[in-house]
Amino acid sequence: MGLLSDPNRRKALTGLLTRLNTPICIVCYLAGIVWFMGLAFEPFTLRTYMSENAMGSTMVEERFSSGERALSLAKEFDAHKRKAGGMPVEWLVKAMQSRGLEVFTQSFSRKLPFPDENKERYMVRGTNVYGILRAPRAPRTEALVITAPCSPGNTNNQAVALLLALAQYFRNQIYWAKDIIFLVNEHDLIGTQAWLEGYHHTNITGMEYSPLQGRAGSIQAALSLELSSDVITSLDLVLEGLNGQLPNLDLANLFYAFCQKLGVLCTIQGKLQRNDWDTAEGYTHAAQTMMLMVLKQACGRSWGDHGLFLRYHIEAASVRGINSFRHYKTDATTIGRLLEGMVRKLNNLLERLHQSYFFYLLPSLSRFVSIGYYMPAFGLLAVILLLRALDLWVHLGAPALAAVDGVTEAEQPSSPGVLTVLTPVVISHLTGVALYLLPVHLQEMAVEHFPVSETEAVVLTAIAIYTAGLALPHNTQRALYAVVMVLLSPAFTILYCVFIYQELIEAPVSVSEGWMLFLSVISQGILDHALYGSLVYPLLALFIYPCWLMFWNILFWN
Amino acid sequence: FRLSSLIGHISTCPSLIGQCCQRHPGSVDEFQEELVIRPLHSGDIYASFQFRTLWDTDFLQEGQKVSHYRLFPKSLGQVLSKFSVRELHISFTQGFWRTMQWGQPFIPSPPGAELWVWFHDTVSDVDGNWKELTNVLSGIFCASLNFIDLTNTVQPSASFKPLGLGNATDHRFLRYATLPREIVCTENLTPWKKLLPCGSKAGLAVLLKSEKLFHSSFHSQAVHIRPVCQDEQCTSKAWELRQTLNVVFDLYTAGQGKKEWSLFKMFSRTLTEACPLATSSKVYVDITDNPELFELSPATPLLSQAVVLGDRRTYSVYDLSRAETFGQLRSLNLLLRWKGDGEMLRPLLHAERYVAGFGLQTGEIHTVIYNNHPYRAFPVLLMDSVPWYLQLYIHTLTVTSKSRDNKPSYIHYQPAKDRHRPHLLEMLIQLPPHSMTEVTVQFERALLKWTEYTPDPNHGFYVGSSVVSALVPSMVAMNTNFTQDQPLFSSFVPVKEESSYFVRVYTEPLLVNLPTPDFSMPYNVICLTCTVVAVGYGSFYNLLTRTFQVDEPSLPLAKRLANLIRRIRGVPLLT
Repeated sequence: MGLLSDPNRRKALTGLLTRLNTPICIVCYLAGIVWFMGLAFEPFTLRTYMSENAMGSTMVEERFSSGERALSLAKEFDAHKRKAGGMPVEWLVKAMQSRGLEVFTQSFSRKLPFPDENKERYMVRGTNVYGILRAPRAPRTEALVITAPCSPGNTNNQAVALLLALAQYFRNQIYWAKDIIFLVNEHDLIGTQAWLEGYHHTNITGMEYSPLQGRAGSIQAALSLELSSDVITSLDLVLEGLNGQLPNLDLANLFYAFCQKLGVLCTIQGKLQRNDWDTAEGYTHAAQTMMLMVLKQACGRSWGDHGLFLRYHIEAASVRGINSFRHYKTDATTIGRLLEGMVRKLNNLLERLHQSYFFYLLPSLSRFVSIGYYMPAFGLLAVILLLRALDLWVHLGAPALAAVDGVTEAEQPSSPGVLTVLTPVVISHLTGVALYLLPVHLQEMAVEHFPVSETEAVVLTAIAIYTAGLALPHNTQRALYAVVMVLLSPAFTILYCVFIYQELIEAPVSVSEGWMLFLSVISQGILDHALYGSLVYPLLALFIYPCWLMFWNILFWN
Repeated sequence: FRLSSLIGHISTCPSLIGQCCQRHPGSVDEFQEELVIRPLHSGDIYASFQFRTLWDTDFLQEGQKVSHYRLFPKSLGQVLSKFSVRELHISFTQGFWRTMQWGQPFIPSPPGAELWVWFHDTVSDVDGNWKELTNVLSGIFCASLNFIDLTNTVQPSASFKPLGLGNATDHRFLRYATLPREIVCTENLTPWKKLLPCGSKAGLAVLLKSEKLFHSSFHSQAVHIRPVCQDEQCTSKAWELRQTLNVVFDLYTAGQGKKEWSLFKMFSRTLTEACPLATSSKVYVDITDNPELFELSPATPLLSQAVVLGDRRTYSVYDLSRAETFGQLRSLNLLLRWKGDGEMLRPLLHAERYVAGFGLQTGEIHTVIYNNHPYRAFPVLLMDSVPWYLQLYIHTLTVTSKSRDNKPSYIHYQPAKDRHRPHLLEMLIQLPPHSMTEVTVQFERALLKWTEYTPDPNHGFYVGSSVVSALVPSMVAMNTNFTQDQPLFSSFVPVKEESSYFVRVYTEPLLVNLPTPDFSMPYNVICLTCTVVAVGYGSFYNLLTRTFQVDEPSLPLAKRLANLIRRIRGVPLLT
């Protein structure tokens, strides 16, 4: 700071900054990117470790043995599901009651703002069934949750059956210190949302639900189970929740520790860990895994049932069974044991999970990048903005400085008046507000006048308003800049992300498929905002898009 | 419904107390023991022990010094006289009584420790006595009762009335405190057993083996001391010490799948004799649901009927003072075989509580009270004691029944003082028939000082159970006639009228997370703060307060030397 109080040195410094601004910016940018990509390189990352003392040393012996019974139960459940044409509520209630749980149901209904074409639903009505296993001599203050979504078709039957088998096994154990809630939710995330809102007696998304009758205190942790086949080759851990929230890293560590112990192949982002970090393939693999995590977090949606728990400060993760064509198979008993071990460890918790990181990136399950390591990369990118702003500021003040010695800066009015600045600002933001509000509200009108479905109407209205914003100023002289601006606009960024994502999950798509995906991504984004309160859509519509529009406007400044 | 009449019901009439105890003429002290076994609808089994010692003295009288203790434990007697205690109720509970599955317990208690004491109205420094008393009791029962201080003590105005002689209503002499976090274990059981005249050597107390008692779904032990009348005319007072122990065994986990119970399986002991000091020693088995639910052996010809908690029950009685009870094996091992399965009960009064909302700033406490009576409305007294660090917004208090506002007819609210006393909220609410009444109040979570956090702050902070006291309309006529020899379990809270009975329901305690700093990094925090202050503040302060002046650039050394020479020479200087 002594540097700045000396006018000569200050002058020298600003001179340096303005002279070398572009090179510094480029260096910062490259350094940021290199730093970030370097994070996936194994020697630069830390090995994961269990921070929570209560879950530290593994003293749990898993004894769950009724995997076979669970599989026959899955068939029974499947039959009842077919018969009921949805969730077999009565059968589930009976099944849970006969296993000694306190069983309750919750019915809910939700009218979507517009039909969801991916999942083919509009008016959603459903019932959640949950059973509470009361811990002996516990005062109902703490609980753990295990959920299994009851999905349409014959997916996820095994998860529900394994849940019931676990409930039966857990009921006969004496070591529980926390109540355990076994939840089977209908209509995946909507059901989970209804249950969570009911449990916490909140209403943030306009859901209609019947109040819950049974509760078990504050929920400490939750696991969501997705399993659709009798044997699996690997288990995938899903951590990304609503608005990019992550559970405590200890939960991932716990999963990894038990996979190691029981010899289960475990993946994250569907990618198996590789040992050859020093080869190019090994590095690319880790980088892809990490980039997938970044992309998934950035899109702000919940990637499993667990994602909605995070808002309520409940550490949660989804465990997804994957059956690919590997030779290595794991049976239901082992998965049951894995869950048993995890739940027992969570049962041992004295406090909420808080010891480990909440902000992290995982290039693999055994390595992590903490916030302290990835923030410098972000800082290097962000410092460019500061440098450019400084440069502009110096240039604005420079003529005045040259004329006299300081002081007179303030007297010179900025060349365009406040009103001329205000108009584009207001118009840009109004366009943003229109982009946020109109697609959903105008869908009926659009459907009346055009031969499109409601969903298409919403998406097309959004695109129409978006494009209309481009019409703001007109000057075709700088066509090249205009093209660059358009290619860097938020919508195109989403489009690139779609392609990058597909590339990363090793399912590349053609341009037309990508376009269809892009359209569905927009409708899903709007739906996620309306249903679960995801913030990406309002952020884009109300903040990033207007800012970009102002750039667009400034570009064509006369 | 007027408050006074409810209070009148809760407090007891002296003559009734006197009648309930049949006295043997000439005896000074008396000891009774009793075990009730009730198979529950859920398939669990409820065992309730009661031991009653009557002490024929009044040591609170002026100038009387008591030094002779026979059956009454000296440790408690001395405490009573030293601190001028009029009535003392203490309970240690591990677990939560599941009203929906188990119905009403004989004597309810909240999870953790509960202590309420009526002091004699001659006591001048009640708070001082209370503080000292809790410390002494903490030693006697090996419990953390010394954590009771003014921040968790309240003086309920209506919910806790004396159960013994006298009708004191001045709640300045009442102190009530709960420790919801208290964990009850064998170290609390041993001193409790030592208070019994026979210890755990003979009588029913031989069954109290801790390895079995703590292998259960619910465990609660209590001590109740109160003055009662000695005879029907109530000419002189006696002190009653009631020790109760309630335990619920779980059929699923301990039965290994077999639906069979015996005294041996429950307690790993059988009964061989009564306590020689006891005037009565009995085992009651509730056989009202027999024969559909279970099968009992050995059978007994002795049957007894009692009206308990608004329900007429039939009991098989095993009198341990008679030799034929033990049969040829000289031991009594009751055996129960389950036949059917029960379902959820609909107890007439039931309450639960939870915290609504998310985030660490605000929240809402919901207390839900169910009246499952099909056509009768009745009033309940709700008492809530909330620690000061949950700052209640009392203006947000709402009471709704059947989605309509239900204005309480009596509200007693004492706001908390930070770090000094908790909130106390008492309300008299009329519950419409077959309804759910919801009481909600919003709160803000306080940020504690860093030394005020417990060693495990991320576990959360406990809020004690709220207490619902009520006179519930009875389905059958309650027994108000005390001339006959009643079993102990039906005589604890005396009944004044036939149409209703007194019930106290405790809700679950709450676990609330407060905003917690990251204690694992105090060093980092200190370093960061110091750096920010030193570098940031220091240099900004420097920049802002310094005045800048344009300095004349000084001439180079050569020019200055040249000027010096020029001055001497008298020619114009260089600039």
